[in-house]
Amino acid sequence: MQTPQVHVGAETGVGPPVEAPPPPAPRSPRAVAWARRRRALVRFWRAYRRSRMGIAGLALLVFFGGLAIFATFAATSGTDPSLVFDHPALAPPSAAYPFGTDDLGRSVLTLTIQGSKISLLVGLAATLITMVIGAVVGIVSGYRGGLVDVLLMRFTDFGLVIPWLALAIVLASILGPSLGTIILVIGVTSWPSTARLVRAQTLSVKERPYVERARALGAGPWHLVTRHILPNVFPVIFANTILVVAVAILSETTLSFLGLGDPFSVSWGSILESAFGAGAATIGAWWWLFAPGLSIVLVVLGFTMCGFALDEILNPRLRQR
Amino acid sequence: MGTRGYVLRKVLHAVLTLAFVLVFNFILFRVMPSDPVKILTRTSGLELTAEQQQALLREYGLDKPIFPGQFLDYMGDMLRGELGVSFLFPGEPVLEVFLRNLWPTVLLVGISTALSTVIGIWMGIRSGWRRGSAFDLGSMGASLVLYSMPEFWLGMMLLILFATTLGWFPTGGRISTASGLSGLEHAVDVANHLVLPVLTLTLAYLGEYYLVMRSSLLDVMGEDYITTARAKGLRDKLVLRRHAVRNALLPTVTLIALNFGFVLGGAITVEVVFSYQGLGLLTFAALQAKDYALLQGTFLFLSAAVILANLIADLLYAYLDPRVREA
Repeated sequence: MQTPQVHVGAETGVGPPVEAPPPPAPRSPRAVAWARRRRALVRFWRAYRRSRMGIAGLALLVFFGGLAIFATFAATSGTDPSLVFDHPALAPPSAAYPFGTDDLGRSVLTLTIQGSKISLLVGLAATLITMVIGAVVGIVSGYRGGLVDVLLMRFTDFGLVIPWLALAIVLASILGPSLGTIILVIGVTSWPSTARLVRAQTLSVKERPYVERARALGAGPWHLVTRHILPNVFPVIFANTILVVAVAILSETTLSFLGLGDPFSVSWGSILESAFGAGAATIGAWWWLFAPGLSIVLVVLGFTMCGFALDEILNPRLRQR
Repeated sequence: MGTRGYVLRKVLHAVLTLAFVLVFNFILFRVMPSDPVKILTRTSGLELTAEQQQALLREYGLDKPIFPGQFLDYMGDMLRGELGVSFLFPGEPVLEVFLRNLWPTVLLVGISTALSTVIGIWMGIRSGWRRGSAFDLGSMGASLVLYSMPEFWLGMMLLILFATTLGWFPTGGRISTASGLSGLEHAVDVANHLVLPVLTLTLAYLGEYYLVMRSSLLDVMGEDYITTARAKGLRDKLVLRRHAVRNALLPTVTLIALNFGFVLGGAITVEVVFSYQGLGLLTFAALQAKDYALLQGTFLFLSAAVILANLIADLLYAYLDPRVREA
């Protein structure tokens, strides 16, 4: 799935540049910088709080994040509840099992709660890979320009065009099914759109006067990139990250559904896979599919809504409307 | 550069990308940590002596160095359309297996892409034009939910509701097994099997086209020429049709082409859910059997399809927007 483009105009800093307050006593540059960052964060939160969509998305994420943490502790304290088989098999929802049971008599609710761990973990880890590759390719390409830019962008275009699932299936079947494979496969198939976005932003930032000034003062490329370009490209990366997590979680589900995930760990995708494999659709056992599917929808929805809300704040053009 | 230059450049770009895919494919399947002899003899279950293995390797040209020997062989095979030996379908060229499964998928993806783009664009226009209306809020919510849904899950839920429980449509397959139907009855049978997969794919991708069309229309509405058109006293409908929609369509066209690869991916899982015999189910079968020749073919085939779709979008773009041609 294509991540919706995050439009970010020329100004990506959160709000206008901070006017230097007259300091009563000279402070260290570090303290000034931290005070500025803190104020920017507060201003950012005030803007974010106004977005109903953003708050709803955040609430969903907090809920499922809490669920995943709860699942981690529940699993380590004594018996793993997803291994309890003494319930009736394939029972429809009842008071005891609000989301029914699967063919082995496990509570679907318990399985879904356990599955939240892996689904979120894979989504976040794959996003990290995507962001690192995307940011490095984008910044190098935009900053260096010339032949490097042409070659990297040709490669990026190539990555954009390759049908991701076909590539993912090929890679996963070569590497063998495991959690690491899934994370790696999602990471290496989803970076191109991020790289394009970061490159565009780098091109705009690199022409700004303060970068020129730093260069005139003798700053090297490493200093320029880490101190001036990266912090200003970061808002773009951040808003994009949130949307990429949504896509990564959906991708995990798809790959697990096709049997490319770790066969020994429970994720929302693997629950759907075993349900489909056992013919839940043809015998009408909708409850086996309902809870994991609904969780996927809600988590992806949460990330998407947060991403859209961030986009509205970080994009001055959208803010005016 | 004129129109001809633009077209030539785009065609060249597509050919180059295709060449890149071919090379990438070669590398991908050569780094594969597996024993080719084992794969080749897997179906027969023969135990081969060292000499026989050597002979087999020579027969397939696998004793040559990877570059240039094997690479040139591979490129020659690809250009002749020889995609290797599949052990799921022994004695049948991989290309023929593909062509047999191609049309059902073209039908499925074609109909659902047409439906989802038309409906999504229409909804996006209505929604963006009256921002904040009940229609806008409702369709925005629905689109976000559809966008967040794995297509195969939606497919399974629709399957349970409309096929297993209500029994309105068949639970799977491309045609009824008790075939022998012909003419109109055959067409009705095929259509009957298509309804649920098409509905699934249409709903799954509708949201994206809607969101892009809406945001693109909102972008355009802020432009000066819309204000000018309004100031001229042009009726609302005409401002929308002649000025806003035409310009807002451009990014959507690009998205449809770029998204084509994802729709093909969605078709794979949806075909699996509905046991619909097309390229997607074939890919799934190849994946489960670890049939590398078939997988390799799938990868090339789907990549070529997406490259072609992007080329068509580029050319369409030039037709829609004269500025692109001139640049």
